[in-house]
Amino acid sequence: MDESTVRETLRSFIIRDLIRDPDYLLTDTEGIITGRLMDSFALAELGVFVEKEFDVYIPDPDLTVLKMNTLDQIVARVMTG
Amino acid sequence: MLGVETRGNYNTLLDAVALKAGDGHPAIIFRETAQPPIVVTRHQFRQRVHAYCVALKTVGICPRDLVVIAHTQNLESIYLFWAVMMAGAIPSMFPTLTEKLDPAVYMSSMAELTRLSDVAAVLTTDEFAPALRNHLPCVVFGTAELFANETTVGPTEFPVIQADPADIAFLQHSSGTTGLQKGVALSHSSVLNQISAYSDTILLRPNDVIASWLPLYHDMGLIAGFLLPLVQGIPLVLMSPFDWVTHPALLLQAIHDHEATLCWLPNFAYNHCARRIRRRDSEGLSLATMRLFVNCSEPVHHESHQQFLERFAQNGVRNKMLGVSYAMAENTFAVTQTSPGRPASLDFISNESLTARGYAQPLESGDPASVVKVSCGSAIPGTEVKIVNSAGREMEDRTVGEIVIRSNCLLSGYFKRPDLQPIDSFGWYHTGDIGYMVDDQLYVIGRQKDLIISAGKNIYPADIEAIVNTIKGVHAGRAVAFGVDDEREGTELIAVVAEVSTTDDDEKRSIAREIRQEIARQSMVNVSYVHLVGPRWLLKTSSGKITRNANKEKWLQESHRTG
Repeated sequence: MDESTVRETLRSFIIRDLIRDPDYLLTDTEGIITGRLMDSFALAELGVFVEKEFDVYIPDPDLTVLKMNTLDQIVARVMTG
Repeated sequence: MLGVETRGNYNTLLDAVALKAGDGHPAIIFRETAQPPIVVTRHQFRQRVHAYCVALKTVGICPRDLVVIAHTQNLESIYLFWAVMMAGAIPSMFPTLTEKLDPAVYMSSMAELTRLSDVAAVLTTDEFAPALRNHLPCVVFGTAELFANETTVGPTEFPVIQADPADIAFLQHSSGTTGLQKGVALSHSSVLNQISAYSDTILLRPNDVIASWLPLYHDMGLIAGFLLPLVQGIPLVLMSPFDWVTHPALLLQAIHDHEATLCWLPNFAYNHCARRIRRRDSEGLSLATMRLFVNCSEPVHHESHQQFLERFAQNGVRNKMLGVSYAMAENTFAVTQTSPGRPASLDFISNESLTARGYAQPLESGDPASVVKVSCGSAIPGTEVKIVNSAGREMEDRTVGEIVIRSNCLLSGYFKRPDLQPIDSFGWYHTGDIGYMVDDQLYVIGRQKDLIISAGKNIYPADIEAIVNTIKGVHAGRAVAFGVDDEREGTELIAVVAEVSTTDDDEKRSIAREIRQEIARQSMVNVSYVHLVGPRWLLKTSSGKITRNANKEKWLQESHRTG
């Protein structure tokens, strides 16, 4: 899957299932957790979604606020496989 | 072990086995993601508690001082809690500042609490101490400062302050606006009565092992996931709630590695584990050693148990392991508990009868008009439970009323709040919760007061509304907050409806974003739904008051939700 498809799939998942506001205009660089848009529960949910959707397993030490706070960070991590 | 029959052998919490035994058995095993376990033996535990106690005395902590421990959940906070008690002072666990909460909001609410409760000292991390010190009217110590003038004292010459069993052992602070939090004062005697009765009820035995991620500033974490194992001398496998929330498989790994047998969880945690633990993270882990998972601290959903059971049956989870307890800080912890080794009873009742007549009319389990309620079990020894109507008269089985309790483990009072008298003249504590009884089994169905319980945390809608009312663009006084049951999450989610004048979509998005951010910044909870409406959307009562229930119903209908 190419990067732009990954990005839009993740953006859509985050605003629909994690932020729960389909009208939200999520940018690539805003802090999703530090920006208080969603809580830390969402990181675990993100891990499950990424594995199911892209067949990429992100180990627990990488599922942190520091490493997965922006769409850019999440996309980059998914693309590394 | 401490049980009802051996209760006389224990005077205060300082008779805890983990403190007295001083042997090589594990007292605490601390788990952290991607780190090896840290094992603290009873001997090491005692040594550390003694060292911290000497340090506290050296810096001037005196008997009866109130000492707040505002730490991340770590071994240090645990040693400090016991050391404060050993010094004859009164500890109270508090949450620390997280990245989500605004530091200014945290500091001002801590300052308010410190002033109102006459706190003598706050103990925190070295990193956080300088910032906190600038804002609080009491002394603040980081660990390095505590040990700046360390003196070594051998165990034989260690000066133990003998507390009276009726003395306050510690405070548990309720949720809500921090400055107005009530400190639930619990005596040594009440806590030991609770631990003895509860241990008997769950058939506690020396080879039990408790696994817990629960925060220690919450009654379930503090009593079941902290004091009970240390008093009884059984191993406690502990982790940080922040670590567990993002890595829920850590709990399963801990149960597997240490052959844990007991674990307490709020309802949402069953959904969180079932939905958010990846298959490969749970593969090969055995949960078959577990005797009891106890669902506690928020309304119990049968569906959450079913999800958990289906997801982890292959790991050895069985229906008979899924217990329930009804608990509150005012009774130290448990009021009721289901029988270990047996699944919680289910009651299929008519929802129509429940809402229209306040009567839990039983129906067949397959009846489409039925709703299922999960039993919280029966009262633990030493605690009485009854259901009363508004006139205080006891109700018959299946009639809904307020749950009131009387026991030998009730609070001594609210700390420094003589204006609040929690116990009536007959010794009953009125819980504010609504429920009914069937053959001594308690079923809890709701609350009298407006209160949202989201992921085990109590949230007052008025606190949320006060924040929303300060947002530019929102009509002041024209916002409501309420909880919405969410089956997927197994808890209540928070919804806000606010009136705004603007019809510009960009401006509305900006207001909605600010509402979410401000609520998280000031109260550390996340709002799941923000609905902005035009002027005069919100319904008011005849007296002009905005009602949460009517507006919740209107929102549910407009958004085609159930809840």
